[in-house]
Amino acid sequence: MTENEVFEKVRTVLEDALGVDEDEVTKDATLVGDLGAESIDFLDIVFRLEKSFDIKIDQAELFPDNVLNDPAYVQDGKVTDEGFALLKERMPHADLDGFADNRDVEEFSNVFTVQAVTRFIQARV
Amino acid sequence: MRWTYLDVITDLVKDERCVAIRNISLAEEVLHDHFAMDEQAGRRPVPVMPNTLVIEGAAQCGGILTGHARDFKEKVVLAKIGKANFTGISAGPGTTLRHTAHLDRIDGSGSATVNTVELIDPHTGDVQPYAEIELMFSHVDQNRKGLAFPEHNFVFTDDFMDLLQRSGFPVDASIDPRQGT
Repeated sequence: MTENEVFEKVRTVLEDALGVDEDEVTKDATLVGDLGAESIDFLDIVFRLEKSFDIKIDQAELFPDNVLNDPAYVQDGKVTDEGFALLKERMPHADLDGFADNRDVEEFSNVFTVQAVTRFIQARV
Repeated sequence: MRWTYLDVITDLVKDERCVAIRNISLAEEVLHDHFAMDEQAGRRPVPVMPNTLVIEGAAQCGGILTGHARDFKEKVVLAKIGKANFTGISAGPGTTLRHTAHLDRIDGSGSATVNTVELIDPHTGDVQPYAEIELMFSHVDQNRKGLAFPEHNFVFTDDFMDLLQRSGFPVDASIDPRQGT
């Protein structure tokens, strides 16, 4: 399956899960900031991706925000060096360059882009 | 299920389906204040069940199915109404709604159910499709995100255990809040 074919199916999943229009689901769009996803939507997205691509997905693999709940990896609202290294290891599908500058926990959701989801699925199918 | 909205559970198959009955009575206060009319058809206003409460019934049915999958040990709360399509017919006093929930997906964080609702006229035996509803549930203890919830299971309470038992399904003593009271 080509990246574009994966993207088109991911786009349909996100349209259904988030109630957004097709033209809003661009590759650069962030799930939270641009498409309005809330926490339960991530589970909905995982379920729909599983069904659409007939694969099993662990939510913590695709969206490992549980790392940020561990005080060992967060200090004063910023992800520590150790935490950032772990995120890089666990999120090869995401572009963390923009996040690397300030590592503000509040801005972590910006790494969850449509492109990141597409890359994650691409590696599985 | 801090309040019990279903009358009886007629079928409960783990990880598969839950079927429940909800009878509609003119004695319900909500029907005293909720009317539907059709001016074009010249139909006078008649009391009907609000569809928001039909969704509540579907949510309880799906919530029971989700809870049953984890032996009622999780606190299951409705998290999202993905879709709710109604056929447009009215459910008035003297009719019955039959809720069926099918488990679509479940994992540690929560579940997704696909529900159908049928309207039954007990007088004629007619059964008509009433609604199709897709729901998501959260296991709140697994999704706290820093929020605090009570330790006791405020979802599957003693009222719920009464419903389960009255419907003919066994209640495990280890999860029964009525034990020791």
